[in-house]
Amino acid sequence: MKLYEYQAREILHKYNINFPKGEAAASVDEAAKIYSQLGTERSVIKAQVLAGGRGKGGGVKIVETLEEATAFTAKLIGSHLITAQTGEKGTLVNKVLVAEAIDIKSELYLAISIDRSTSKITIISSTEGGTEIEEVSAKTPHKILKEQINPLLGVLNFQARQIAQNLNLTGSLATKGSSLIKNLFKIFIENDCSLLEINPLVLTPDDEVVVLDIKMDIDDNALFRHKDLLETKDLSDDSSAENMASEAGLSYIGLDGNIGCLVNGAGLAMATMDIIKLYGGSPANFLDVGGDAPVERVTTAFEIIFTDPHVAGVLVNIFGGIMKCDIVAEGIIHAIEKVDIKVPLVVRLEGTNVEIARKMLDDSKLNIIFADSMKDASEKIIKAVNENK
Amino acid sequence: MSILINKDTKVICQGITGHSGKFHTEHMLEYGTKILAGVTPGKGGTQIFDVPVFDSVKEATEETECDTSIIYVPAPFAADAIIEASEAGIKLIICITEGIPTIDMLKVKAYISTQSSRLIGPNCPGIITPGESKIGIMPGYIHTPGPVGVVSRSGTLTYEAVWQLTQRDVGQSTCIGIGGDPVIGTTFIDTLKLFQEDSDTEAIVMIGEIGGSAEEEAAEFIKQEVTKPVISFIAGLTAPKGRRMGHAGAIIAGGKGTVAEKVSCLRSVGVTVVDSPADIGEAVQKILS
Repeated sequence: MKLYEYQAREILHKYNINFPKGEAAASVDEAAKIYSQLGTERSVIKAQVLAGGRGKGGGVKIVETLEEATAFTAKLIGSHLITAQTGEKGTLVNKVLVAEAIDIKSELYLAISIDRSTSKITIISSTEGGTEIEEVSAKTPHKILKEQINPLLGVLNFQARQIAQNLNLTGSLATKGSSLIKNLFKIFIENDCSLLEINPLVLTPDDEVVVLDIKMDIDDNALFRHKDLLETKDLSDDSSAENMASEAGLSYIGLDGNIGCLVNGAGLAMATMDIIKLYGGSPANFLDVGGDAPVERVTTAFEIIFTDPHVAGVLVNIFGGIMKCDIVAEGIIHAIEKVDIKVPLVVRLEGTNVEIARKMLDDSKLNIIFADSMKDASEKIIKAVNENK
Repeated sequence: MSILINKDTKVICQGITGHSGKFHTEHMLEYGTKILAGVTPGKGGTQIFDVPVFDSVKEATEETECDTSIIYVPAPFAADAIIEASEAGIKLIICITEGIPTIDMLKVKAYISTQSSRLIGPNCPGIITPGESKIGIMPGYIHTPGPVGVVSRSGTLTYEAVWQLTQRDVGQSTCIGIGGDPVIGTTFIDTLKLFQEDSDTEAIVMIGEIGGSAEEEAAEFIKQEVTKPVISFIAGLTAPKGRRMGHAGAIIAGGKGTVAEKVSCLRSVGVTVVDSPADIGEAVQKILS
């Protein structure tokens, strides 16, 4: 789960991290109020979206008067911001952050992430803040320090000092830098982050170290112990079908094609999309119904697939392990009764309780095209969809 | 021979009285797996399918000669269960549980690397040596004994590959699901090494997916150490960037971890990579004949 900048700032606040004063606003009036309360003439208005590249995309502006602040807020809220990371459609702006603008002596980069190949936590630091780290890594790789942290030991003093030194935080700034690094690592662990990126971290003319922008991702698997974060979850960035799926315990991602997919297991679900594409069709979605799904979840899965009006056929591909095929069969029968499926339905079942499932579907006399392999199933659904055009 | 497990492997099941634990224990017993004990705190002294249940792994290891554990404990408590097994001296720990927080797994991995236990998973289907022992949730009947080692990050996609082999009368030495999470106990490289050393394995099927760089690292290892033929499929060609495709580890992040990158790395070291997941069985059959 990605957090908005204003949500991440609330977490930083709990740990006494230094960042510019300000608050999020959902309307022009709120923005005006916050601007006036800040009392500093120079402020910055930032669109609150989950995609990066806001600055270049026109989602961030320094304002010097109340009129400027309200005008820019009015322009942003309700608009779709297009950045290098959003795609052509852009992403809807519901809130802006109104914060004091601060003077900058230098911009630094600091991030904490999980290194999958070493199974350690990495702290990445560079003096080249403010730009994309990929760019720095391509042009000046020697300016990037990647410090590996043992998750059982945490950040040791020598490591914090080393990172601070790499950020040119030396002399009287060394202690400030080290303690900030250790504090950020604490945030990372205690909040189950999968990414915590500060870009830029700035040094002010009076030698304060300030977090100017923050990106924070929380591990979805750990949300059960962060109920407070779940409550603040702003669902506006996801489609309603995806929200419906996550509530039902399904994993669904909408795509551009017209063949709906209902599969168990993430790997098989991806492979099913891949094979449809390879054989000349186009998948409408990724859907992993999960292991051990009850009948209702299978029925809900069909309902979610049909929220997409482009779906012209559905391929069910189940290889039962935890998932029992008879449960899927029952779910299909329920769904057909409930949803009134008017498009071709190809079903391929294999694995646990497959014999019972086949008999159930046979007995139901429903209009189902049966397939006996993945290849057979994808060829049949593509053919059926094309004939139905 | 086979890798990691055989007909003599003595298993305990942590979480045996839970819904999944119970269901799969029954199927494992049916398959012939030697399940000596179960563990569920608070249920010690009871029995399930004539298997004695203990309150702790320590008691189970004291009372039986188990060396392997399969874990069905719910995600919030699974990391604890893995370490409990390791502390009690269990050599092979197979964790089926999906949804364990990554930070928990980082700690488990750092801890277990200092112990003599091997962890498989989490978020995996387990491991099977066909005809001998099934320690996992895979349907037993799709497997048949033979010369192909199968290793995969996925569950159901592994069944798909195995089924294609079995239907062509190509048997398997051992099939192992290493799990779909970003942090896992046993990697592709660990498994490739075991298959390379196993005299009964003649060819290796490796099924990968988008996200991370495990396949790229495996390619480097194959180049250096693996002389047996490797056949591969990588899932996720149609996956959009930046979206997590069901598995916690399946995400193309910052343009890295794509199918194209992985396939080209594997092909450059001589691995046969099939484009269609339906062609895995055929490709293996061709190479073996």
